[in-house]
Amino acid sequence: MTDTQDRKTKEIWVSGTEEPDWPGPDYVAHATDEGAQKMKLHETGDRLIEQLGIRIVDDVLYEEEEIDEDDRMIINMGPQHPSTHGVLRLQIELEGEIVRRIKPIIGYLHTGMEKTAETLTFMQGTTNVTRMDYLAPLHNELCFSLAVEQLLAIDIPPRAQAIRILMTEMNRIASHLVALATNGMDLGALSMMMYGFREREMILAFFEKTTGLRMNNNYIRVGGVAADLPDGWQGDIEEFLETMPLRLAQYDDLLMANPIWLRRTRDVGVITAEECLAYSITGPSLRATGLAHDLRKVAPYSGIEQYEFDIPVGQRGDSYDRYRVKVHEIEESLKIIKQVLETMPSGDYKTDDRKVTPPPRKRIDESMEALIHHFKIYTEGFKVPEGEAYVAIESPRGELGCYIVSDGGSKPLRMHTRAPSFANIQAIPIMLADSLIADTIAALASLDPVMGDVDR
Amino acid sequence: MPEEGPDAAKAEAVGVAPDPRSLPDHPVLVGLIEPFEDAEWALSSGQHVVLLPKEQLGEFAQAAKAAGFEMAADVTAVDYLGKRRVRFEVVANLLSVEHGLRIRVRCPVPADDTSLPSLVPTYPGANFFEREIYDMFGITFEGHPDMTRILMPDDWEGHPLRKDFGVGDVPVQFKEANKVT
Repeated sequence: MTDTQDRKTKEIWVSGTEEPDWPGPDYVAHATDEGAQKMKLHETGDRLIEQLGIRIVDDVLYEEEEIDEDDRMIINMGPQHPSTHGVLRLQIELEGEIVRRIKPIIGYLHTGMEKTAETLTFMQGTTNVTRMDYLAPLHNELCFSLAVEQLLAIDIPPRAQAIRILMTEMNRIASHLVALATNGMDLGALSMMMYGFREREMILAFFEKTTGLRMNNNYIRVGGVAADLPDGWQGDIEEFLETMPLRLAQYDDLLMANPIWLRRTRDVGVITAEECLAYSITGPSLRATGLAHDLRKVAPYSGIEQYEFDIPVGQRGDSYDRYRVKVHEIEESLKIIKQVLETMPSGDYKTDDRKVTPPPRKRIDESMEALIHHFKIYTEGFKVPEGEAYVAIESPRGELGCYIVSDGGSKPLRMHTRAPSFANIQAIPIMLADSLIADTIAALASLDPVMGDVDR
Repeated sequence: MPEEGPDAAKAEAVGVAPDPRSLPDHPVLVGLIEPFEDAEWALSSGQHVVLLPKEQLGEFAQAAKAAGFEMAADVTAVDYLGKRRVRFEVVANLLSVEHGLRIRVRCPVPADDTSLPSLVPTYPGANFFEREIYDMFGITFEGHPDMTRILMPDDWEGHPLRKDFGVGDVPVQFKEANKVT
């Protein structure tokens, strides 16, 4: 018997009594190996603090008592589990039905998009980033475009800015609808799932009409947007604005005073504002704790400061408050969309800086210069001055940041995305240590992580 | 590519030039910078940047937290292979919700000593970000509770976001290529 086989066998046999340490890099991993990240039966010090989430507020500290090891078990939820919203894996140490420790393990959807971004030109960049958070693709595109535009120091025409706000707020509603729908589905409210996806379909139909695609739109580009809004877009938006409040009332009828819903979400997955700040948790989860931190107000982008809207906040920071905050944010986004509809400026939908955006098709037949610009942009791409910039916007899940370093070429030296879901996943141990296993699903669903955004 | 070459001086310019206008005028920023004599302030695309020796990152984080920067919004790294004399740079974005401020701390990290103090004791939220940096760049953080890979498989060799790590490709067969039209 070889060493590897020996170790493998040994590990199986002694599992649960003496966990061997990770044997080293020459160890041959096999399919079911839990790897160096795995949760050990006996962990002390910082790792335990991290997994219990008690670094900041020790509200989850429980009386240390002698527990028979036979009463505890470590189970895996995921990576293939319908309620993990993608390929998220949770290692849970259970004592009966009580979760004592929990550790999120990620990386199953990692596709190296930050590496890919270094091989794509700035013009192709939006195609890449739009695939990160697949429920809010337009926010990713907007964030990337704003970061590049900051380095380019170009002005965006008012109409392009208004279109960007219109589209991203529509996208926010679509994303929150999926969050509500899947949250309902996870807790057994299957009607909510069907309602949520029904209304999202209206938005996706509008996206398809405008951008050509339902998801991964690649619509917001550096310098403006890819195309003007289609004829008759006002009618579609008006219809949506009329329908949506009625549907929101339906959701409230369905969920707000529903005793099952209340008991499954009230005081479940509680997190405080202090913990959110310490653990870099942003978005609706932060606002549900009562802290009105919204980048649309704090650091307005793309002219969103012209529109009037409020920041909904919760009080307790539990799953129910996170659900309410999302519902109210849909209402606020509807307000913004209504104002954009009423004040949509006329003019260009992209900048007329021909070094950045291609010329109109007609001009290519008439002007040599336009032909040259067209050729240069589609072969080499445009060059971005040396420098670095970090731009953050409020995505449906929190602070979405894009850090771009340019060395003066047509491709970024480094493109980093500060993914909100990636940071928010860190809330799981804090929310769930010492709660019931059934609440894991409720808390996780209300946190609304998108694995494409987590793993990139 | 050698780290010190004829292009190094030119490449150094990729960084931000200290700008006298960029001296912090906000009282919070002034109070924060004062004890750190080696720190340099600059303005990059209108954003506050602190250039800091890497050994002082932990201390600076504590001072920043005391000054009201509650959140480490983002921590990342950049590989400047062949562009600068010092190969890596760790970039931390600190956010103050209270004061509505954001600063970017940049610490150069040489290729032969890729270790620097962790932000986790001060900002527990930096945990995943630092693990990602370790995974992608091989930069380690002292004082981090769980310095393991986070996105790549545990048995992966190398650190993918380093510039000397190839992108990899799959050869594409064009079926129609051999057909005569």
